[in-house]
Amino acid sequence: MAMKMTCMSSQVSDDEQRKREKIRSLTMCGHVGFESLPDQLVNRSIQQGFRFNILCVGETGIGKSTLINTLFNTSFEDCESSHFYPHVKLKAQTYELQESNVQLKLTVVSTVGFGDQTNKEESYQPIVDYIDAQFEAYLQEELKIERSLFNYLDSRIHVCLYFISPTGHSLKILDLLTMKNLDSKVNIIPVIAQADGISKTELQKFKMALMSELVSNGVQIYQFPTDDDSVAKINAAMNGQLPFAVVGSMTEVKVGNKMVKARQYPWGVVQVENENHCDFVKLREMLICTNMEDLREQTHSRHYELYRRCKLEEMGFADVGPESQPVSLQQMYDVKRQEFCREVQRKEEELKRVYVQRVREKEALFKEARRELLAKFEHLKRVHQEETMRLEEKRRSLEEEVIAFSKKKVASEVFQNQPFLAVGSNLRKEPQLVTFMGKCFQVQGQYISQS
Amino acid sequence: MDPLKRSPPPCPSPRPSSPRTQPCEMLGHVGIETVLDQLKIKAMKTGFEFNIMVVGQTGLGKSTMVNTLFRSKVWKSTHPGTGVSMPQTLQLHSETHVIEEKGVKLKLTVTDTPGFGDQINNDKCWEPILGYINEQYERYLQEELLITRQRHIPDTRVHCCVYFVPPTGHCLRPLDIELLQRLCRTVNVVPVIARADSLTIEEREVFRNRIQQNLKTHCIEVYPQKCFDEDINDRILNSKIRDRIPFAVVGADREHLVDGRCVLGRKTKWGVIEVENMAHCEFPLLRDLLIRSHLQDLKDITHNVHYENYRVGRLNASHLLPRGPGWVNLAPATPEQLTSPRPLRACRRPHDDSEEESGLSMANPRPASS
Repeated sequence: MAMKMTCMSSQVSDDEQRKREKIRSLTMCGHVGFESLPDQLVNRSIQQGFRFNILCVGETGIGKSTLINTLFNTSFEDCESSHFYPHVKLKAQTYELQESNVQLKLTVVSTVGFGDQTNKEESYQPIVDYIDAQFEAYLQEELKIERSLFNYLDSRIHVCLYFISPTGHSLKILDLLTMKNLDSKVNIIPVIAQADGISKTELQKFKMALMSELVSNGVQIYQFPTDDDSVAKINAAMNGQLPFAVVGSMTEVKVGNKMVKARQYPWGVVQVENENHCDFVKLREMLICTNMEDLREQTHSRHYELYRRCKLEEMGFADVGPESQPVSLQQMYDVKRQEFCREVQRKEEELKRVYVQRVREKEALFKEARRELLAKFEHLKRVHQEETMRLEEKRRSLEEEVIAFSKKKVASEVFQNQPFLAVGSNLRKEPQLVTFMGKCFQVQGQYISQS
Repeated sequence: MDPLKRSPPPCPSPRPSSPRTQPCEMLGHVGIETVLDQLKIKAMKTGFEFNIMVVGQTGLGKSTMVNTLFRSKVWKSTHPGTGVSMPQTLQLHSETHVIEEKGVKLKLTVTDTPGFGDQINNDKCWEPILGYINEQYERYLQEELLITRQRHIPDTRVHCCVYFVPPTGHCLRPLDIELLQRLCRTVNVVPVIARADSLTIEEREVFRNRIQQNLKTHCIEVYPQKCFDEDINDRILNSKIRDRIPFAVVGADREHLVDGRCVLGRKTKWGVIEVENMAHCEFPLLRDLLIRSHLQDLKDITHNVHYENYRVGRLNASHLLPRGPGWVNLAPATPEQLTSPRPLRACRRPHDDSEEESGLSMANPRPASS
């Protein structure tokens, strides 16, 4: 919701303020030397470098890139955009320019596909979102505990050049709607693009119609400041010439004996830097040479502060409580912090509970598995024992057999040795004894080979 | 003209993801350098502010020095024997003046510390001073945190503290060292040798060297701090200044006639000590440092370093939340918070980080955040 705030002018005159704070003015008896202070300030700014961010809003093909090229007297980009984008997008590019000892980091943001869609209801939203996003980034940086604002790359949009198509009649509805949504967020300077298609008389009528339409709809465009004496007169004059009718061109045409930037037609040459032909020079002067610093300051002190105030109020912070008691941020923070701590605690407990449960389940599983394993082990042990016992028994019986057999063998040998012949004949007569002895030897041999 | 690369396709993310800065050549004069004039005009319109604090024992010529620096009667300088009673405790006394020179308006606030180091027991005599300095930071912080803030937050933070060392000729006393150690972490300190007309040139050199040794031994970083030098030019310029710190100064607010010229000086029976004469004392160096060349730098360092340090300390001590932009409990600072020393952490440029952490051994370890 765009809130229109009248600028809180804290421009109390210096004398009154001084009287309030009981400050005396002193006269000095000699030269102290602090008139070099502005130079010190300027030197520091030169060291830091300058940033300037321009947003160009206008239909495709209206001449945004050409105008920027002409303004800064250089060729930034060459490709043409297509007309067939389904949504409006923003394209940002940063360039480094240097003139004598001033380094300027210029960021040019252009809309892509603005006014091309059949349904243009959401056309201005991406632009508003982009501007808000830059403010948000700065706000985030400012609210950080450990911040570095002095070398923060400021990307907040300092000026919006709104390109109005030269129909000659009035503002298009899309333009009016977009400007109404942007005027509380950014300094808008409307320009009439491609002004070489309008004659002088038509132009005057067109300008008046545009301005009256803007005023009657409550659109606040940027007014060049008139409070400082050195630039008040020229700024006031320029304020009456808004919107500027501009022509952009980087091609050079020979006029007289000079090469000037111009557009050549069969019926004549439109010179860009000729004040009779178009207001380009005025735009350049106002935008860059006279008011660049003011644009930056307005962005920071008015638009950004408004955004910040709205954002913080949205988050629930206020300077003054419901009973109009000044509430410090402290109390709000306290309440929010307690809420947050409670939430965190609850989540922690939840997590703990789940964790404990899982651990228990796993433990049970492991116990079960262990039990099974043990049982198996026992069983195997038993089987092994039984097997061992059986084998032992077999061995014992075998041994007994062997012993019995060797006893018999000894007995038979003794029996043999007495009447050898008798045994021999007996042997012949008793082949069973021979086979028996052979078997014994066999069994013995087997037993030896087995063991 | 440099061949320009094709621009990246239009991306839906709101913030330009990696803005490639391409150096461009301009074919003619555009008028960008006029922004410097615009800056100057704006600055002259809003005016400048400067807050200076003088710390030292009674009778070292602090008030006279301030008067001499700004060539006007900022204070009524007290002469010995005027019957002004010595304050029993340290009281801080501020006065604000607006002075103008060639269209440049300067709002000058001078804070004096009568009664410093005058008592028998000077333990913790720095606490009121630190308390005052931190109070100014606190005031600025509170203003900065308002929802509806002023266009121009009034800056009462002390930008520079001039410390007057008594001209004993030996070395820094324990009181000096204690105070300097604490002050240097919070504010820019410029030590000067007061009443240098009681020392000869050779004695001054010896004293200066001893003081420099003392400062080095106790790791006291006085202004201009070495770690904030940004480039080679700064370093050369500041090294020259660092060689001469502490300046041996003499203050005077009366004029005398010498060789037909009217000079500011002290008249004694053996001659006139000219304040602006480099052969006599180093007052011009002090004045140039404070006013003519480094005033903006003093303000910058106060704003970017000392104030940020204070802010970090305050916001951390208030148990910040782990998420969310700056959700902190900003109860009014308790007295201990106002006087406890803080680690010097924030640095001016990102690449100075490594130097900072290795160089400053006096930094306390950060309190563990709860």
